[in-house]
Amino acid sequence: MPKETLIRGPVYVLEDNIDTDLLIPACYLNLVPTIPEEYRKLGSYALAGLPDTFPKYAANPDGTTPYPIVIGGRNFGCGSSREHAPIALGAAGAKAVVAESYARIFFRNSVATGEIFPLESEQRLCAEFKTGDEAEIDIAKGTLTRLSDGKTFALKPVGAVAPVIAAGGMFAYAREIGMIKK
Amino acid sequence: MTITEKILARESGAKIVSPGDNIWVNCGILLTHDVCGPGTIGIFQREFGKDAKVFDREKVVILPDHYIYTADEKAHRNVDTLRAFVKEQGLPYFYDPGTDSYCGVCHVALPELGHVRPGETIFGTDSHTCTHGALGAFSTGIGNTDAGFILGAGKLLVKVPPTLRFVLDGELPPYLSAKDLILHIIGDISVDGATYCAMEFTGTAIDALSIDERCTICNMAVEAGAKNGIIAPDQKTFDYVNARTKKPYEPLFSDPDAKVLAEHRYDVSKLEPVVARPHLPDNKALARACRDVKVDQVYIGSCTGGKLDDFIMAAKLMKGRKVAVRTLIVPATRVVEQGLADTKIDGQSLREIFESAGVEPIAPPSCAACLGGPIDTFGRTHGKEVVVSTTNRNFIGRMGSKDSQIYLASPYTAAATALTGHITDPRDV
Repeated sequence: MPKETLIRGPVYVLEDNIDTDLLIPACYLNLVPTIPEEYRKLGSYALAGLPDTFPKYAANPDGTTPYPIVIGGRNFGCGSSREHAPIALGAAGAKAVVAESYARIFFRNSVATGEIFPLESEQRLCAEFKTGDEAEIDIAKGTLTRLSDGKTFALKPVGAVAPVIAAGGMFAYAREIGMIKK
Repeated sequence: MTITEKILARESGAKIVSPGDNIWVNCGILLTHDVCGPGTIGIFQREFGKDAKVFDREKVVILPDHYIYTADEKAHRNVDTLRAFVKEQGLPYFYDPGTDSYCGVCHVALPELGHVRPGETIFGTDSHTCTHGALGAFSTGIGNTDAGFILGAGKLLVKVPPTLRFVLDGELPPYLSAKDLILHIIGDISVDGATYCAMEFTGTAIDALSIDERCTICNMAVEAGAKNGIIAPDQKTFDYVNARTKKPYEPLFSDPDAKVLAEHRYDVSKLEPVVARPHLPDNKALARACRDVKVDQVYIGSCTGGKLDDFIMAAKLMKGRKVAVRTLIVPATRVVEQGLADTKIDGQSLREIFESAGVEPIAPPSCAACLGGPIDTFGRTHGKEVVVSTTNRNFIGRMGSKDSQIYLASPYTAAATALTGHITDPRDV
């Protein structure tokens, strides 16, 4: 899990029901995330399933993204259990997704891997931001701030998974509480 | 408690659990395949050590099924990774492609092989693991990290889901199938209408369904966001399971007064054939309302719509007729493939019926084009094809091309559409 409590940079704005085929199309699922070279490659294909009308997400020449923050609507990450989805975002350099709600498995995989913070917004943000807007997330304060005008939006408390996020993922948490050996 | 709560309570050692509780649940079966298995193994070895042993060899089932008939080198490497791990760990339940043990689509093979037993817990690295609730198990999809954790620890931290109860009563009209029922439900509650919940299906219409058809219903629970789909076991379930395994099991049932989050009731006798239009499974429309949609391809296959009952439905309509468009038949497993030869309608095998109707050469069992996959995958879309499919997802790009349009339908509706070349209500052919 990224340990920074401040995440700053341009946002990439999506809509409702961003599914895992959009996040990482199945033709790239031959890549194995635990192989470092293939992990990086997955990052370069993050959001490659979006229609061509969207700007490329992993647009940097090295296959990473200029957008550390992704903003979505309802039911972000619906569909497949492919852990490649949060991993592709994390490998591209995304630090957090801020959505109104999440599909269960995507949220769980984000927390378990520690690849990205899956944050929930109190209000719908898709229309409040446009891709490229500079923003800052303060995890500790639970806020997302638009830097152009200083407008601040509240994030929901993380809830029951807070200890897993704080530990840095499923394994770190299980070791912390003595469920598996250190 | 509900059946879901009772199973989770028993497998966590608690007397009572309530929705929202976070509990450590023992894993009865861990299922993985070629797409998520290698990453799961990588995490297991990284976190538990190179010499670590799996928690219980009897409880790990590996069914490669996604990228089998492809020239893709990484796909082959991934199956080799599974082979090496199986050998090193001495795992008994590995169904190796290229050998006689190969089965095909994991969610159809898992119950066929007797690995699904009422009252048990199943975790699988595939969202459609929710299928197995059709036999009264708690069964849910997880990611590689959670699966790697289970491989070493044998348990997982699970939040107890609240239950949404769906009571389906009445007699299913001719040419209506389980696929129509679940498309109706998803259309009504939406693709996030059951997020984090258990979907429990009950009622006289569910009782009357075959095991294959019950699997179709639970298979698509995840398309409404559910954690699991579940149907209480009955004599039909026990007969099916007992014919496939000698392992003992203890079924559980919901208490009559179990608390549920909400109840939805349907009189199935009043329902009509539907499709889910592009690009979400909740985009429901009556098949009759879509008759202007011209179709390029009909696809009958997958864990949702590639079981023997699905092909029996399709064959009933195709018998003695010719298809008007490219029609692809992909039996989910070897057992289903054999069923195409052995099952007859008026003396003609399903295979003969399909071949006489002019379908494409019947493909060997695998996930094939259901999720696109490598470029050379059988049936994958490459352009602006309009597809009617018995599969489970119609997301943009799901079957390969971002420009193609996928309509989800029952095997009856898919077959009727194959005969006419435009979306067709099966009652109209």
